[in-house]
Amino acid sequence: MNMELSRRQFLGAVGAGAAATALGSLGFGEIEAAHAEAIRAFKLVSTTETRNTCPYCSVACGIIMYSRGDRTKGEKAEIIHIEGDTDHPTNRGTLCPKGAALLDFVKSETRLKYPMIRKPGSDKFERVSWDEALDRIVRLMKDDRDANFIERNEAAVPVNRWITTGFLAASATTNETAWETYKVVRSAGMLVFDNQARV
Amino acid sequence: MTNSWTDIKNTDLVIIMGGNAAEAHPCGFKWVTEAKANRGAKLIVVDPRFTRSASVADFYAPIRQGTDIAFLLGMINYCMQNDKVHWDYVKAFTNASYIVKDGFAYKDGLFTGYDEVKRDYDKSTWDYVIGPDGYAVVDDTLANPRCVWNLLKEHVSIYTPEMVERICGTPKDKFLKVAEMVSECSSPTKVMTSMYALGWTQHSKGSQNIRAMAMLQLILGNIGMRGGGMNALRGHSNIQGLTDVGLMSNLLPGYLTLPTDKEVDLETYMSTRGFKPLRPNQMSYWQNYRKFFVSFQKAMWGTAATPQNNFAYDWLPKLDVAGYDLLRAFELMNQGKMTGYICQGFNPLLAAPNRKKLTDSLSKLKFLVTMDPLDTETSRFWENHGEFNDVDPSQIQTEVIQLPSTCFAEDEGSLTNSSRWLQWHWPGGTPPGEAMTDNWIMAQIHVRLKDLYRKEGGKFPDPIVNLDWAYADPNEPTAEELAKEINGKALTTVYDTADPTKVLAEAGKLLPGFAALRDDGSTTCGCWVYSGCFNENGNNMARRDTSDPDETGAYSKWTFSWPANRRILYNRASADLNGKPWDPSRKIIEWDGAKWSGYDVPDILPTAKPGEVGPFIMNPEGVSRLFTRGLMRDGPFPAHYEPFESPLGNLVAPNVRGNPAARVFKGDFEQFAEPASEEFPYAATSYRLTEHFHYWTKHVHVNAVLQPEFFVEISEELAAEKGITRGGWVHVWSKRGSIEAKAVVTKRIKPLICDGKPVHVIGIPLHWGFTGAARKGFGPNSLTPFVGDANIETPEYKAFLVNIEPIAGPVA
Amino acid sequence: MFPPVPNPSTAPQSPKFGEQDLMRRSASNVTPPAQRQTEVAKLIDVSKCIGCKACQAACIEWNDTHPEIEENVGVFENPHDLTPDMFTLMRFTEWENPETNNLEWLIRKDGCMHCEDPGCLKACPAPGAIVQYSNGIVDFVHENCIGCGYCVKGCPFNIPRISQVDHTAYKCTLCSDRIAVGQGPACAKACPTQAIVYGTKEEMKKHAEGRITDLKSRGFANAGLYDPPGVGGTHVMYVLHHADKPEIYAGLPNNPTISPIVEAWKGMTKYAGLAVMGVAAVTGFLHYMVNGPNRVTEEDEEAAERLTGDRSS
Repeated sequence: MNMELSRRQFLGAVGAGAAATALGSLGFGEIEAAHAEAIRAFKLVSTTETRNTCPYCSVACGIIMYSRGDRTKGEKAEIIHIEGDTDHPTNRGTLCPKGAALLDFVKSETRLKYPMIRKPGSDKFERVSWDEALDRIVRLMKDDRDANFIERNEAAVPVNRWITTGFLAASATTNETAWETYKVVRSAGMLVFDNQARV
Repeated sequence: MTNSWTDIKNTDLVIIMGGNAAEAHPCGFKWVTEAKANRGAKLIVVDPRFTRSASVADFYAPIRQGTDIAFLLGMINYCMQNDKVHWDYVKAFTNASYIVKDGFAYKDGLFTGYDEVKRDYDKSTWDYVIGPDGYAVVDDTLANPRCVWNLLKEHVSIYTPEMVERICGTPKDKFLKVAEMVSECSSPTKVMTSMYALGWTQHSKGSQNIRAMAMLQLILGNIGMRGGGMNALRGHSNIQGLTDVGLMSNLLPGYLTLPTDKEVDLETYMSTRGFKPLRPNQMSYWQNYRKFFVSFQKAMWGTAATPQNNFAYDWLPKLDVAGYDLLRAFELMNQGKMTGYICQGFNPLLAAPNRKKLTDSLSKLKFLVTMDPLDTETSRFWENHGEFNDVDPSQIQTEVIQLPSTCFAEDEGSLTNSSRWLQWHWPGGTPPGEAMTDNWIMAQIHVRLKDLYRKEGGKFPDPIVNLDWAYADPNEPTAEELAKEINGKALTTVYDTADPTKVLAEAGKLLPGFAALRDDGSTTCGCWVYSGCFNENGNNMARRDTSDPDETGAYSKWTFSWPANRRILYNRASADLNGKPWDPSRKIIEWDGAKWSGYDVPDILPTAKPGEVGPFIMNPEGVSRLFTRGLMRDGPFPAHYEPFESPLGNLVAPNVRGNPAARVFKGDFEQFAEPASEEFPYAATSYRLTEHFHYWTKHVHVNAVLQPEFFVEISEELAAEKGITRGGWVHVWSKRGSIEAKAVVTKRIKPLICDGKPVHVIGIPLHWGFTGAARKGFGPNSLTPFVGDANIETPEYKAFLVNIEPIAGPVA
Repeated sequence: MFPPVPNPSTAPQSPKFGEQDLMRRSASNVTPPAQRQTEVAKLIDVSKCIGCKACQAACIEWNDTHPEIEENVGVFENPHDLTPDMFTLMRFTEWENPETNNLEWLIRKDGCMHCEDPGCLKACPAPGAIVQYSNGIVDFVHENCIGCGYCVKGCPFNIPRISQVDHTAYKCTLCSDRIAVGQGPACAKACPTQAIVYGTKEEMKKHAEGRITDLKSRGFANAGLYDPPGVGGTHVMYVLHHADKPEIYAGLPNNPTISPIVEAWKGMTKYAGLAVMGVAAVTGFLHYMVNGPNRVTEEDEEAAERLTGDRSS
């Protein structure tokens, strides 16, 4: 059916009083022998399920991520839907407006994809390789640490602290990442160390 | 949380004060609706705004932000005056009967020992009288005027319903209605739960807000009970975990503390961490501190941590100040004393207070590194975004390196929720572009830094080059490898100390739990409170058994709950002195004559006799504290202090401004508006809306749709007074900055009458910035003061002063 | 707890209902199935709703719609109205109860009510553009829709919206694709407080009784079920704390009915066909469509305005 035409005819008909023609042209009173199936195909069919927890608040609702492709088989996996996990004792399948929209977080246009460097005084980020970015970071860290590390205080007590470079840890990284981060930060002697729990 | 989300269904009364659970934690709030629907529980909401939580409450009472302590001490006073006390619980399980040193007093808003210059106390009198037997002196009759109970009674007596109304703006009848409903839970068979969040922490006396409610809960006998407890609704998904693992300036994992300059060696460090019991027979579990500490050092430095080098004690940095927290970090940056800053999944340009100071501070760094799955304002602080980030990039010399990390959907590991459940998750999506896991990024930083030290030498490389890094792939430790390290293992076979023939863990095996830790270097453990999470039974954090015998809400076989898979902390206190549940319908554990058993892991030695060993096993007293000795910087009892920026002076201590023990940096005090300022007459507060999750959901199209544009909320009365229209534009400014916003004019905010004068409240939601899908906007931190809580330095976001006027709005 | 909606299966399965279960079809005659499927319903308990908009988010994600990012206009409704991309909407009313002087923030999830006697379907002139299954679901078939907008006018609840992109009408499908595979609607699964539950209509009525008893025990003497008989009952029902005044909930019609003119129109197209319809009747119907839609609703809204004073966020 030509929807454009019929819609315009209908609206026009109201104004022009040419109702009978317009209505007639649409074949009212006839029943088409066959009609389209209204019900959409179920979109999760044959997707891969992965269990996860919502990264937002501390309720930590259980979620199921549905993907095309299976990471455990080494395939590229594209998540197409995320829904609450009914088996989870806390949320029993429910999600809040943030959790229910997690797919848009995973696929956000502002997801970061490449390491970037902004040079002093520049007005833009420039893409760099991981090697360039990481080597630059550890160079900056080491230069500062070697310049400002305090081995002993005025009383000659070993204090081994580095307080000119700081580390602000996250709020949604895993405990395992947190532990690894702890090791890396503390072994360097850093004291300016905090996490999102502060605020 | 002392309890868990699923336990809330067992309550009779929910009080939401200092939080907004329906809005900030909707799926946790489900258990409030379950308690209401299935056991007829009631919900009370006390908040400056009629929130979404209030919309389903049985009773709502308004309160002026920053006056919660007056309200809470008013309720304690009400319970004491009206004999609404769970006496058996208070006498047996709190320090009500302990005698306090003679020198201790409270007068004119200050406790004994205040030093105005240092803004700090000499706390030597804030302690018990110790008897000749070395134990604290108690008077079980509570007759001694110097016992904690009588001191508390006097301390709270000024917080009458009339005084509460004057300070808080809560009409007396509404306050009394709340107090009456709450006081009913002093019955052993009625239980209240307290659900709070940043509405209590983000104050210059945030810790004492929470203490005040904890004290009330103890007086009502609601701690350790099913459906009771103090339930901190943590913010982010792993804020609990990051804190447990100790990622803070002064912490080691598991709430151990970093040494200070004064602790010159291990023995000095341990000398203040002996935790000798203060009463006979008490467990005083921190007596095991050395086991936790040595096992941590072994997890850090492996074979390089030896008895000979005091387990590498000197390799830990030592503190010369209380802590280098977020606020101090920015203060140091602003003073030009810092070179670099690394932000991992944190957006401080919007999350820390006083935006202008933050921008100035970041501009003084040599380098800034950010790691995030999403773009952040912090990583673009140097970029001009018109009025939303009005900077000149050419004037900012900071080198910025932005690293793309994976998000939850693409990584593996555990997060610890508010219920203290460590829940494992699995990756299901392929990361975009070149985004890498945090595990890989942190390993790269370490491995490359270590290589530089090996090649070039440099300052004190020992702790870096000796860091235990025995992962299969040193470039990217797996979540499983790290989890096993956190759990801990036996280096040599560990035997039961009570029965040396019994093996607790064979050499090389994972430890069953923290009871197997040793202080001789034979065990390792990254974070003792997590021990048991991944042992020889497997990854307990990945358990998915939903069985829940008798539907208590414990779900003991679901993932792993720290400590020791315990679901309700202090659960020993749910039973009386004979070990029988106070309320048989709420049984958790019970004494059978020989041992404790029940639905949960007992929070006590299973064979500890009920009449002898107190339920608060971490305290040397064995009981809980209504009087907290010298453990808090600003007083052993909470006291009412106004916010640093307040629409009126302190009615109970007119000479005290703000919290007298809160740290204020030079220069910040000048940026506070005067009390009852005419220039800044309105009491502002900030909060998050249910449609948003902080600054992340700016990047999520759906959430931008659901609440698209920055606004402030004001009452119809203030709108009329100032000529502000619904949906019109307003200009809001404080002594530190200014914002423009749309106005939502609402009946949900009403002027409060405080000490006879109307106080107008202005609500400022957070979410907006200059990156992402949502419309560009400001954050409340453009306005908020740079001061934190006296004990933990959480910024005072919830109470500050502003002015407001209608404006024409930006030119399209 | 009401049994939660189970997790979906990813295995292919045949739909539990389809064309053979059609009870009505717009501008067409169908032979209703001999055996009617068990009627389903969604129950929205306004007293448990916290206005979090999880239903809106879940609806957008499940149905793959893409609503626009609008402005703030001084209220909490976002988008500001139902749209072809937003099938459900939280509507917020700040109501000061004159009996208690207490503020009540009434939050109602608006959307298709899946009427037993659907005004949209009866008004629809396009054959097969609107169908009703015997389980009670009223669904739009976009291939057959001509975008005339009569369904909007015929709806006593003012629900359908016409897309400016493909010029067809959109509304809540009750997640017919989910229900067809034994699931519940996306909004019901997501709802954090189970303010939205889904099941058979009988189950929903029974569940509502329990909720109403609880509300009455909390002082809401007029708590009740909204299942308006004027449209033959609905397959989306509300529990209201003030069931005697549905109009205070952002203008929920007190007694919604299908206009007699729509009924007449329907009758003529169905039984007599267009050929015998008098021109006057057609003109009259069209006049009604343009000038007099939703008369009942408007009156209700006026009543609501009087009661609530001013509608806002």
